[in-house]
Amino acid sequence: MGSRASSLLREEDIEEIKKETGFSHSQITRLYSRFHSLDKGENGALSREDFQRIPELAINPLGDRIINAFFPEGEDQVNFRGFMRTLAHFRPVEDNEKNKDGATGEPLNSRTNKLLFAFRLYDLDRDDKISRDELLQVLRMMVGVNISDEQLGSIADRTIQEADTNGDMCISFNEFTKVLEKVDVEQKMSIRFLH
Amino acid sequence: MSVQQMKWSTMESYLFPFDSLICMLLGISFTVWFTLLLVFIIVPAILGVSFGIRRLYMKSLIKLFEGSPGRQQQQQMLRTELFYTERSFTLEAWATLRMERGAKEKNQHLYKPYSNGIIAKEPMSLEQEIQEMRREGAEPEFDMSDIFYFCRRGVESIVDDEVTKRFTAEELESWNLLTRSNYNFHHISTRLTALWGAGVLIRYGFLLPLRVTLAFTGVGLLVVLSSIIGLFPSGRIKNYVSDKVHLIENKPRNGGICVANHTSPIDVIILASDGCYAMVGQVHGGLMGVIQRAMVKACPHIWFERSEVKDRHLVAKRLSDHVADESKLPILIFPEGTCINNTSVMMFKKGSFEIGCTVYPVAIKYDPRFGDAFWNSSKFGMVNYLLHMMSSWAIVCSVWYLPPMSRREDEDAVQFANRVKAAIARKGGLADLLWDGGLKRDKVKEVFKEEQQKLYSKVLVGSSEDRSRS
Repeated sequence: MGSRASSLLREEDIEEIKKETGFSHSQITRLYSRFHSLDKGENGALSREDFQRIPELAINPLGDRIINAFFPEGEDQVNFRGFMRTLAHFRPVEDNEKNKDGATGEPLNSRTNKLLFAFRLYDLDRDDKISRDELLQVLRMMVGVNISDEQLGSIADRTIQEADTNGDMCISFNEFTKVLEKVDVEQKMSIRFLH
Repeated sequence: MSVQQMKWSTMESYLFPFDSLICMLLGISFTVWFTLLLVFIIVPAILGVSFGIRRLYMKSLIKLFEGSPGRQQQQQMLRTELFYTERSFTLEAWATLRMERGAKEKNQHLYKPYSNGIIAKEPMSLEQEIQEMRREGAEPEFDMSDIFYFCRRGVESIVDDEVTKRFTAEELESWNLLTRSNYNFHHISTRLTALWGAGVLIRYGFLLPLRVTLAFTGVGLLVVLSSIIGLFPSGRIKNYVSDKVHLIENKPRNGGICVANHTSPIDVIILASDGCYAMVGQVHGGLMGVIQRAMVKACPHIWFERSEVKDRHLVAKRLSDHVADESKLPILIFPEGTCINNTSVMMFKKGSFEIGCTVYPVAIKYDPRFGDAFWNSSKFGMVNYLLHMMSSWAIVCSVWYLPPMSRREDEDAVQFANRVKAAIARKGGLADLLWDGGLKRDKVKEVFKEEQQKLYSKVLVGSSEDRSRS
């Protein structure tokens, strides 16, 4: 009935994860319990089915994309380190960050890395550009069947027009960042972790 | 031959000199044990008299539990964060959220302020959040930042969701010396381990055999006595005698339906010890089948064949026939359909609320400090579960009989079911959830995702009509 979860996680691992992600000791143990309770197969790694078993995630229109974000390229299993690395993007931003990781050499929960996480939700083929098709795909996921193709197409066109500065009809990461300049990304893409 | 017999008897008397003595001792101790059992437990239970032993036992257990985890916490305090400041921060965070936002959507979940949550969620609706996110002065059209809302909610539900944690045993704040409820098992102190060892001895050496004997005696008595009652010819005498056997007067009345939240098979026993009910359930084989058939002889229950359960009309008809007959006992139904871990009440199936008679809600809440009554049927079988039950310290529960409710003209069965559910949740201090208990085993229906999509489309297109959510 209970899980001896934290006894399976060694102190060295916790220290490494702490350095990499910035979570505190107790947060890491609590998240490990959570990881363990999601891991029905008890093999130390989560599969896509484990995530889809969460009802609130299954009804989220972007559920599948979010699940994808946890899995590295071409893999079907994510271990606890990978799990924590992805979750670290959602840690609130603090002023004196000492840890460094992530594609940009900054802490995982910096504004840039949060934006990169969101960008990757759109950019399925990882070519660093959001094409009109990719934008339409995400839009279709979010609205379901309630909006017609033409209307959706015009929304996509309008969005690209607003954001595109170099005329290639695609949104690059820099253009994405520019468009969202005024949005409080740090707050919107953060989860309030307790203790 | 006689020589062999003599040899045998001398051997016997040599090898078992105290044979007769042991037999005598065993016989005496067994009789004593059985008499004690009868005198102190069974007869008082039948007559409804209490010696107060249980209360004393409970008080000493509570003192023990509040004492030992304190030591655990002291160790933790030395190591990292202060436990109590964490607790008060949780409360503050929650209270601040409520004060800041102040908006409440009707389909948001209730939060238990003392829960040891991992994250603090914001109880705001889709529309409010997206509107807040939009840059000032922008019309309601698509903005690339809209995905932030879904993204964040998605990851929040990965870290802590309302549903999956209802199907495993509840996590306790302080350890009650049962290994099964200890999540951070490592050696804290020798004293604590010694205490735990003593606990194991007491529970498995004394409590378990005691309860097993009781169980066998109880079931045996039930079968025997029910058969005896069944021999009585007319209905009136039967009712009189079965009332005596169960003893206390009915709280829900004949011609009604009693609904309660479901945590374990023990719910049935607890309610049945306090009043007579007609049970509804599937016909089982084996020991359960014997018990079921015995019970039917004493008073009429509704047992279904498995094939009949699928046919909802048939079920509804049998239920309404039973209810219409005033002389028959009230029906006991658990509308959740499955065992939930007693921290929340999940969706009530509308079948029993369509019949149109008075509903007597009952709220059952177990005290988790003494033993966890929840039966995780996907993880443990019946025998394993019974073993856990019988070797816990005690099963302590509170039962609230709520005033009867009937369906109003302006509500349909689903709204009535939700009203009853809310009353039970409020009384029992449980979270009131709209999620289906069937999610324990099945996947969630697509229709809920479509609802979310519809909501978002409404924001996007900026429709001025207020379409109601189906």
